[in-house]
Amino acid sequence: MATTALFFIFAGIAIGCALSLVYNRNPLYSAVSLIGVFVALSCIYITLAAPFIAAVQILIYAGAIMVLVIFVIMLLNLDDDKPYRRLGYLYALGGFLGIVLLAQTFFVFWAVTKTTKPAVAGAFKAEETVGRTMSIGTNMYTEYLLPVEIVGVLLLMAIIGGVILVRRLSQPELELVVDNELARRNEAEEADDYRIEL
Amino acid sequence: MEPSLATYLALSGILFTIGAVGVVFKRNAIGMFMCIELMLNAVNLTFVAFSRYYGDVTGQLFVFMVMSVAAAEAAVGLGIIIAFFRNRVSVDVDDASVLKN
Repeated sequence: MATTALFFIFAGIAIGCALSLVYNRNPLYSAVSLIGVFVALSCIYITLAAPFIAAVQILIYAGAIMVLVIFVIMLLNLDDDKPYRRLGYLYALGGFLGIVLLAQTFFVFWAVTKTTKPAVAGAFKAEETVGRTMSIGTNMYTEYLLPVEIVGVLLLMAIIGGVILVRRLSQPELELVVDNELARRNEAEEADDYRIEL
Repeated sequence: MEPSLATYLALSGILFTIGAVGVVFKRNAIGMFMCIELMLNAVNLTFVAFSRYYGDVTGQLFVFMVMSVAAAEAAVGLGIIIAFFRNRVSVDVDDASVLKN
């Protein structure tokens, strides 16, 4: 009973924060709302007997990724979004997408409730070791060793990619880019002059 | 009594819907990025719920993988946003139209 009450409280917080994330125009308010979603989801993971995932959720998402996002927002000194001037069909598309996904959600809810009555009545299987750090670690370094290695390579590639993206061009390359741009503009001006003479 | 599997799936579906609609509605590149993170979290919730439901640890392992991919995405995505801001002094995705002509 307590679990149900906690679940609905944190589900409400998560949905409210998610709506506030989409509604707010100020990116910093959106980021703080997203942190609220992460914390609420972490509490829901605890009601699902997954303490390790709950801790990692706080550490990685709220602790690392969101700090990085907020750092970028402050670094770029972003203002509020200007009033929307997007094409109208994007709103129609977004509304249509939302309706379809919500309908799908409620269909899944209905179908799962209908088909798994006996299993759901018996609640979840009570295996207390499943969410523990030890069982996760054992599985990670025995059965799922290859995926873990692949994720390691992926992270390395992301680090290299991030450094290359943000790096400033070294001086000779920069001069080359500037020269090319100036040459292109000169050509365009000459073409304009030619057109005027004609 | 615990909430049923269907309840967790419904919560996850609602969060995913909000994230997907947010990606279409937002014009700010950082806002879109945060909506994508929200969608990844909704998927993580289904993984953990099924892991609990079947008493199998694999779901939680894959949540860990998804989190690693999200961290990699944050590094590369924010790098792209900063590079774009350096060229255009804006993070508005409507300004990213260099390839249009």
